[in-house]
Amino acid sequence: MLNMETEEIIMENEVRLTKKTENLVTGNTGINTEYEIIARNLNVFYGEFQALKDVNMNILPYTVTAFIGPSGCGKSTFLRVFNRMNDYIDGFRIEGEVFVSGTEIYSNRIKLEELRRKVGMVFQKPNPFPKTIFENVAYGLRIQGVKDKHFILERVERSLKQVVLWDEVKDNLHKNALALSGGQQQRLCIARTLAVEPEVILMDEPTSALDPISTGKIEELIFELKNEYTIVIVTHNMQQAARISDHTAFFYLGELIEQGHTKDIYTNPKNKRTENYITGRFG
Amino acid sequence: MNNITKNHIKDKLFSATGIFSTLIGLILLAVFIGDIIVEGAGRINWDFITGLPSRKAEKAGIYTAMIGTVWVLVLTTIISFPIGVSAGIYLEEYAKKGRLSRLLEVNISNLAGVPSIIYGLLGLEIFVRILGFGNSLLAGSMTLSLLILPIIIVATRESIKAVPQSIRDASFAMGATKWQTIQYQVLPASFGGILTGIILALSRAVGEAAPLIVVGALAYVPFVPSSPMSEFSVLPIQIFNWISRPQHEFLVNAAAAIIILLIITFIMNGIAMYLRSRWQKKIKW
Repeated sequence: MLNMETEEIIMENEVRLTKKTENLVTGNTGINTEYEIIARNLNVFYGEFQALKDVNMNILPYTVTAFIGPSGCGKSTFLRVFNRMNDYIDGFRIEGEVFVSGTEIYSNRIKLEELRRKVGMVFQKPNPFPKTIFENVAYGLRIQGVKDKHFILERVERSLKQVVLWDEVKDNLHKNALALSGGQQQRLCIARTLAVEPEVILMDEPTSALDPISTGKIEELIFELKNEYTIVIVTHNMQQAARISDHTAFFYLGELIEQGHTKDIYTNPKNKRTENYITGRFG
Repeated sequence: MNNITKNHIKDKLFSATGIFSTLIGLILLAVFIGDIIVEGAGRINWDFITGLPSRKAEKAGIYTAMIGTVWVLVLTTIISFPIGVSAGIYLEEYAKKGRLSRLLEVNISNLAGVPSIIYGLLGLEIFVRILGFGNSLLAGSMTLSLLILPIIIVATRESIKAVPQSIRDASFAMGATKWQTIQYQVLPASFGGILTGIILALSRAVGEAAPLIVVGALAYVPFVPSSPMSEFSVLPIQIFNWISRPQHEFLVNAAAAIIILLIITFIMNGIAMYLRSRWQKKIKW
């Protein structure tokens, strides 16, 4: 069911993970700050329709968490809860609590703009701005009012290097980003997110519109990025979730059916529906 | 004759009718333009363009009317551009989609179809009398702005609508506010379309005579307007005035002025078409 190589990768992750979390301290905010993201008794409604039912989840920093499940199961909705991108949808209503690095993000005191600088997002379809490559990466800094040209230049270079795009585009920084290939565009979108130094990166099926080679590159990238960022990824690709994630959560019809270490979910699922889904018997 | 042949004949018949219907408009326009050119082209010379109006047809020129038209164009742009674009942005990006915004929408579309003379009456009452601007360029330009605002608003909304939601999402997800998203993403991406709409609206305003006659534009202005409060004339009014004279020489003048007005309109439409095609080439989602 799961090949040896993947299993090894998962083991490696776990060792690194425990090292990281040991260094974290618990603050005095009453919230367990060991976790980057905490969702408590979360219910989400679109008008009459309940999209998420009593979801509880804790996400550790510097990990990759994968959300899996059939279409319409609420995994994308849950992902978009963390940067409040659901707020624009008519009839959206939320109950329960969500904390990102110790702050309740649905409180009235939270400014959406600040939250989204902390919680970046990469979308399913690469969506670079119809501007130059440089301006795409600089956008986040520009809207924060950063004027220092040298600083912006440095940050753009660093971000493009982080996503291994620098060598491909360094001579064409002022070319329109829409001229790049799909895979390059998606890496550019990741670089754009990295440029504002977020803590969390949300990825909504980031490779579903890409070819296998580009997909591979993005997966390698995610693996690198989790040294510095907490990553939450929605994916339809079972193998992808197994390859890159530390934790996996399986959603079905708005319910969080099962969550845990990716290895456990894949090798020893406790719930019958999880097993059926992972083995490809439905979904 | 069997069915197939019958249907073939029907087919041919309809296509012939279609071609005829299409050609009617084109032929009429061609005849009209040809007639005007034959009548007026010989009259166009530098003296005609730079000459002041006169009671003698051979001395009369269109200088004051042309400069008046330029003044009206500039003032109308200054007034209608910010108001129309802001209203379009508001309706598309900010207004809650509900019954009220739908009502507004329908009414703005309806306003685009109101006869221009009605706007003239409105302008006469509000700008000329209540606000006391008199028969000035300002009053005339404000009246024309009212006339073309619905067109600009509709054009703005259509261009903004064409910007994909994914671009807005990307901008919001980067921590941009609504206004930053509009300013840095939506407007630059839709500006070509907005500009096209504005130019087409202005080229309609350039040809209007009725509302300006109502607000009191003069037929005979022996001076070039010096400020927005000056009295003025415009080309369509000059043409209207000349056509209503009995002497044939004035009809020749009118034809010549129509040629100039047509050239201005064609140039404006040309610029609009150029901008549209350039914009479409530049941005492919």
